[in-house]
Amino acid sequence: MLVRKIRNGTVIDHVPAGRALLVLRLLGITGKEGYTVAVVMNVESRKLGRKDIVKIENRYLDPGEADKIALIAPTATINIIRDYKVVEKRQVEAPETLTGILECINPTCITRKPREPVIPRFRRVPGERLRYQCVYCGTIIEEEEILRQLTGTQ
Amino acid sequence: MEGNWRGRDVISILDFTREELEELFKHAESMKKSLEEGRVEKKLKGRIIALAFFEPSTRTRLSFETAAKRLGADTIGFSSGFSTSVEKGETIADTIRMLDSYADAIVIRSKYEGSALLAAEIAGKPVINGGDGKQHHPTQAMIDLYTVRELKGRIDGLVYAIVGDLRYGRAATSFILALTRYQPESVIFVSPPQLKPRPEVLMLLEEAGIRYSYARLEDAVEAADVLYVTRIQKERFPDPAEYEKVKGSYRVTRSLLEEKAKRELKVLHPLPRVDEITHDVDDTEWQAYFTQAANGVPVRMALLSLILG
Ligand SMILES: [Zn+2]
Repeated sequence: MLVRKIRNGTVIDHVPAGRALLVLRLLGITGKEGYTVAVVMNVESRKLGRKDIVKIENRYLDPGEADKIALIAPTATINIIRDYKVVEKRQVEAPETLTGILECINPTCITRKPREPVIPRFRRVPGERLRYQCVYCGTIIEEEEILRQLTGTQ
Repeated sequence: MEGNWRGRDVISILDFTREELEELFKHAESMKKSLEEGRVEKKLKGRIIALAFFEPSTRTRLSFETAAKRLGADTIGFSSGFSTSVEKGETIADTIRMLDSYADAIVIRSKYEGSALLAAEIAGKPVINGGDGKQHHPTQAMIDLYTVRELKGRIDGLVYAIVGDLRYGRAATSFILALTRYQPESVIFVSPPQLKPRPEVLMLLEEAGIRYSYARLEDAVEAADVLYVTRIQKERFPDPAEYEKVKGSYRVTRSLLEEKAKRELKVLHPLPRVDEITHDVDDTEWQAYFTQAANGVPVRMALLSLILG
């Protein structure tokens, strides 16, 4: 299958198969913003078996967006393209701490108390799985919940 | 060494190393001795300690107040239940900011987990967690460890049975967390399935390499050197009939102890109790909960004097 190269923009490669649309949703890209977007789903990958690829013309990611992509597509690589060439390639990395990205699921956490001036903060739980622990109440948030919060899906 | 204490916040028992706890216990020992001898040095004369009790607690509040006053400090503060501006919608953050400008240290208690950490982030003065939500009650855990150490001569190498609400009970949870600073022989949990310790607590036990298991009360009592009993609140059960059915399985009675317990077993309870330890246990050698309650004052005195001294 052929998808044309983009001249300038971002290619997000090695997205776990089935998550390409979630990546777009997370970036707030609906197709109406004027960017040319190409999504390739479920192609063979040496590393992953199957993968998705997202190409977005004339759009670059800020570091916060890269962090969020790491949370829903931990295997992703981000390629910055200028004049048809990859000028930068990096592996996303799930951040050690998250500030203001996730909400605590514990209803009696201080971060859930109305009007209290506190921004939710999480620390990564060491280990294979992608899990974060609320700094304030200790509650652990699992990957499915992270996905739900970031993309609004179940 | 004492440099580590001055001005310090006390948010979680996990903030403390074993060496620091040992140092605190030595101070508490000498505080207890000077209390008994009636010659307490008024080390904190002229100091003000704010007691911000957003959730009522007579015992913890009186114990802090006594500790402060024994050392010559004054206390200010409030206890919810009276009409405070907090109930009228003022935030914890604003209240703490105000107290920070009045007092030399702030003791906070609240039903919201993380309140003490938030208060510490806001206040310049040291903040002591007097219990927040279901997780942390570090000074209670200090008192509990101190009591075990005093009565058993050590904290390491003992079998601990912990009974009751291990999921939402902050005293039990803090005690379990405190044990990760030591090397218990093993920890046995006795609780209804829905009130087992939370995964993040078990994770810390595993990291500390502490063996734990679940058992029925009779078997746990038989194995234990320390029996830590907590209350199970009826409200934790969706169906009150269910509660009535199980509550007997978590009640410690004299006849149970006579039948199963080691002679040197010590029974602790953070108090107040309802009927989870029957009154006929009170005048036995197993009873340690009144000693534990009395230890609240010297341990909190030691803590206050290390932080404000
Ligand atoms: Zn939380």
